[in-house]
Amino acid sequence: MKPRAPVTDWETDFDVLDPRWIEDPFRILDQLRRQCPVAHTDRFSGVYLPTRYQDIRAVAYDPEHFSSRRLFLREGKPPVTRAPPLTSDPPAHYADRKMLLPPFTPAAVAKYEARTRAICRERIELLADKSTCDGACDYAQEIATRLTAHMMGLSEDMGDQFRTWIHDFVEVSMTDSTAIPRVIAELDEFFTGEIAKRGLLPGGDDLISYLMDARVDGKPMSDVDVKGTMRLILFGGIDTTWSSIGSSLWHLATHDEDRRRLVAEPQLIPTAIEEFLRAYAPVMIGREIVKATEIAGCPVKEGEMALLSFAAANRDPDVFTDADRVVIDRAENRHVAFGLGIHRCIGSNLARMEMRVAIEEWLRAFPNFVLTPGASVEWSAGGVRGPRQLPLTLGKARMPKPPSTAFRAVNS
Amino acid sequence: MDIPLVTLRVRVNRARCQGHARCAALAPELFEIDSVGDASAIGDGVVPPQLFDKAYIARANCPEFAIDISENGDQA
Repeated sequence: MKPRAPVTDWETDFDVLDPRWIEDPFRILDQLRRQCPVAHTDRFSGVYLPTRYQDIRAVAYDPEHFSSRRLFLREGKPPVTRAPPLTSDPPAHYADRKMLLPPFTPAAVAKYEARTRAICRERIELLADKSTCDGACDYAQEIATRLTAHMMGLSEDMGDQFRTWIHDFVEVSMTDSTAIPRVIAELDEFFTGEIAKRGLLPGGDDLISYLMDARVDGKPMSDVDVKGTMRLILFGGIDTTWSSIGSSLWHLATHDEDRRRLVAEPQLIPTAIEEFLRAYAPVMIGREIVKATEIAGCPVKEGEMALLSFAAANRDPDVFTDADRVVIDRAENRHVAFGLGIHRCIGSNLARMEMRVAIEEWLRAFPNFVLTPGASVEWSAGGVRGPRQLPLTLGKARMPKPPSTAFRAVNS
Repeated sequence: MDIPLVTLRVRVNRARCQGHARCAALAPELFEIDSVGDASAIGDGVVPPQLFDKAYIARANCPEFAIDISENGDQA
């Protein structure tokens, strides 16, 4: 990435690619919320950043002024990509979304819990002889990539390819306009092959087969939309979830008391997961301002973007008590990590299940894990925040165990 | 024998519900999820006294403010 001009004033020149933002966006968001609740930058062709819960909510509820046809901050001319229902606006949105909802209900995703648990245990078993690992690459990323591949009927061993595509599409594309057309062309070719395979063997129960047969308003989807939605499932399901699992691991690796409590009271894990989602909500997503309006009295210009930081909303002290503290047994938690309104993350039930199973299995195997002292954590840049390198010391017994014993220990 | 002094009733405002499914996760005795993921109260929505707390917790965790609770017919 080319060096960028450092931020001179966060209120009028904020930059989500600034190293200070990447390291700790929360402090910057808190300060903006107090001093300038709708910040602006001329970077990325003009972006407004509301930081109060109520204002973020208002934008999410107003697709008439804030369209989803453009969602990501990018320098230069933005590419037009379609990935229904994410990029859809009313009135088309309703039918696009209804098409994709059934495979993502709580009951539908519960069918994948056994495979999720098996993936976690396979990854943990590979660490049996190790005393350290990278919690991001060796665990969090593997769970999300393998389960998504499993659900789509793709090879679970394509993780490295998926990670490259995602990194190029989500991060590289912010400053390199050649990334999107390249990734889309490669993915189109890949999906064309997968569709052809299923044409020979129809009736599969994977998500690609589901989309091939899907109807929107009674009509089959166009080839562009089918592939756009496949891309959405592949990308949307992977880096968000691995980021959330990774942030949860990072928190537990750096907060002994919370880690010990969850080890002792695993029934609290679902409540703790909600709190990790609140405090470390990974997603920021944009809206294109298609009609001039205002946010909290601040006029906003047509053609620019509004950036929704769900973490900013979740850390608003007017809505959450002790908003800047992680309280793993927080009983009232109306957080908006999965967005609000008609674009609520369609994979939220799936992500919650994956996070719960991932943390349950990890804590059972490594109840004493910590962040490796002196090693550095590397965070992603851009719209999805999570650790990309998370050096962990596993804290197992010092005696190396033979694999068979280690496997029993994991499953006991 | 306990005779509850109030009748508590839960209702999901379907125009607001976006399928976060928090209510059914926190109070599965009171809420159910349909085939596209939206929530509704089970049966007539009347809450047994031992589930009053769960009803309020479910409401307090709905990101869309889609859960209404009434006490003896009045908004609670």
